[in-house]
Amino acid sequence: MKTAMNTPVRGWRDRIFSAATLFFVSVFIIFVLTLIVTDIFYVDKEAVKEVLKSPFIRHALWMSIWTSLTATLIALFFAVPMGYALSRFRFPGHILADAIVDLPIVFPPLVAGLTLLVFFSLTAPGRWIQEDLGIEFVFQPKGIVLCQFVAAASFAIRSAKTVFDDVDRRYENVALTLGCTQWASFRRVCLPLARNGIIAGGILTWARAFGLFGPLMIFVGSFRGRTEVLSTTIFLEQSVGNLEVALAIALLLIFVALIAVISIRLVGGSALVKL
Amino acid sequence: MIRTEEISFRVGTFQLQRLSINIAKGEYFVLLGPPGSGKTIFLECLCGLKKIYSGRIYIDGRQVTNLEPRARGIGYVPQDYALFPHLTAEQNIAFGLRVHSYQHKETQARVAETAELLDIRRLLSRRIHGLSGGEKQRVALARALVLQPKILLLDEPVCALDEVTRQEVCVQLLDIQRRLGLTTIHVSHNLEEAFTVADRAAILNAGILQQAGPLDELLAKPNSKFVARFMRREKNLPYRDNTNHKK
Repeated sequence: MKTAMNTPVRGWRDRIFSAATLFFVSVFIIFVLTLIVTDIFYVDKEAVKEVLKSPFIRHALWMSIWTSLTATLIALFFAVPMGYALSRFRFPGHILADAIVDLPIVFPPLVAGLTLLVFFSLTAPGRWIQEDLGIEFVFQPKGIVLCQFVAAASFAIRSAKTVFDDVDRRYENVALTLGCTQWASFRRVCLPLARNGIIAGGILTWARAFGLFGPLMIFVGSFRGRTEVLSTTIFLEQSVGNLEVALAIALLLIFVALIAVISIRLVGGSALVKL
Repeated sequence: MIRTEEISFRVGTFQLQRLSINIAKGEYFVLLGPPGSGKTIFLECLCGLKKIYSGRIYIDGRQVTNLEPRARGIGYVPQDYALFPHLTAEQNIAFGLRVHSYQHKETQARVAETAELLDIRRLLSRRIHGLSGGEKQRVALARALVLQPKILLLDEPVCALDEVTRQEVCVQLLDIQRRLGLTTIHVSHNLEEAFTVADRAAILNAGILQQAGPLDELLAKPNSKFVARFMRREKNLPYRDNTNHKK
C-alpha cells in the first residue's frame, strides 16, 4: 500500500485499524462494481444497438440531462440564500424551518408525486397556476423539473447550510470593519469560502434529480417522446419484457452519471472529494 | 478620541457592565484582564460588531453607538488574525481598498507602501496557509493599516508568537503607532506586553472595569485585591481588604 510522506510512524495496531477501514471501502466498491459488471454481462450487442439507435431513448437521455440540470440550478438558486439564512440568523420558527427543509428527503418518493398531483389538480391555487396562469406542470416536461426540484432541493439546501456553518463568522466580521456591507462580506468572503461545499451539494442534488423515478411516474407519467426520462424508460422497457434493453439503458444512465460526477469533482478541486 | 459612557452588553450569563473609558488621541492603551473577562467583547462593541444594549460610544467627539462597523473608521486586528484563506497576502491587504473601489494603481501603491512599513514585501504573493504566526500577524496588521484608520484595535496581537518574537513585535507595534499617530487599544492578558507598549492601561475582570491609569499607578496603588494580584503586588497591598471577614 502506498503511504503518504506526511503520515506518522505506525505500529501494528495502527495498521490493523487502517486495514479495517479500508476493508469496508473495498467491500462496498466491489459490491457496486459487481452489480454493474453483472448488468454488462447480461446485456447483448443487439440491446446496445437498439438503445443507441432509438430516437425515443435519445430523447429520454436529453430530457434527463436538461431537466436534472435545470432542477439543480433552481435548487442552488434557493439553497445559497436559504443555507446562509438558516446558518446565520435566528428567527421565530427557526428549528421548524430547519426541519421542514429535510422533510422532502424523508418523504417516500411516491408521496412527493402524489402530493404534487393533488395540489395542481384538485386545489384552487394549483388550478389557478395551471389554468389561469397557463403554467402547466401535470403530465408536462415542466412537471419533471418541478418533481426533481421538490425531491432534490433539500440536498442542496442542507449542504449549503452545513458549509456556511463551517465558515468562521470572524472572516465576515473583519470584512465588515474593512468597509463591507453584509451583502459584500457574503459575496467577497463567505461565498468563495463556501464554494466547494455548495458545488458538492449541487452534485448530490443533480444525482438525485437525474435518477428520480417514483414521483415522475405519478405526476408526469412516461409518454414516449414527451415526458419520458431514462429512469422511466427503464421501467417501461422491463415492464414489457425487454430486460436486456432496460439494462442497457441502465448502463447508459450509470455511465452518464459517472462521467458527470467525476468531471465536476475534477473541475471543483480536491476539496470536493472530501464531501 | 475614544469615549465610552457606561456601555453594557450581555451574552448568555456574561455581562459587560456599565463600562466607561476615555482614551486620548494618539494614546497606546492596553486593556488587560484574564481570559473570559470581556476584553474581546469590548473591542467588538467598539467596532460595532456587537450591539450594546445601553450606553454610548464616541469617536472623535461623534457618537457612533448605532453606526455600522464600516462607518466607524476603525482598523481591527482580531485574535488569530482571521486572514481570508482564499486570498493571497497581497489580496488580503488590498481587500479594504477594493471594497472602497480604489483605482488599481492607487491600490497597488498603498499596498506596497504598507508592506514596506511592515517589511513584508516578500510575503505579498504568498498564500495564507503557508505563513508563520508572525507573518500572519504582520499581514493582518497591514490589512487594517492600509485604510489609514485613526484608531487601531488589536486583540491579543502577539499571543500566538513565541516570547522572543513577542517582545520584538511589541516594540515594532509601538514604533508604528508612534509614527502613524494612531490611537490604539491593545488587548492582552500579559503584563509584560503592557509594560513594553502602554501609555496607560485598564484592568477588566468579569465584565467590570477594575481600574484604569498609567501602569505605574496601577502597580503602586491598586484599588482592589484583584488588581493587586493581577499586577503581582498582593503582598504589599496599600489598602485594607475586608472581603474575607464578611459573614
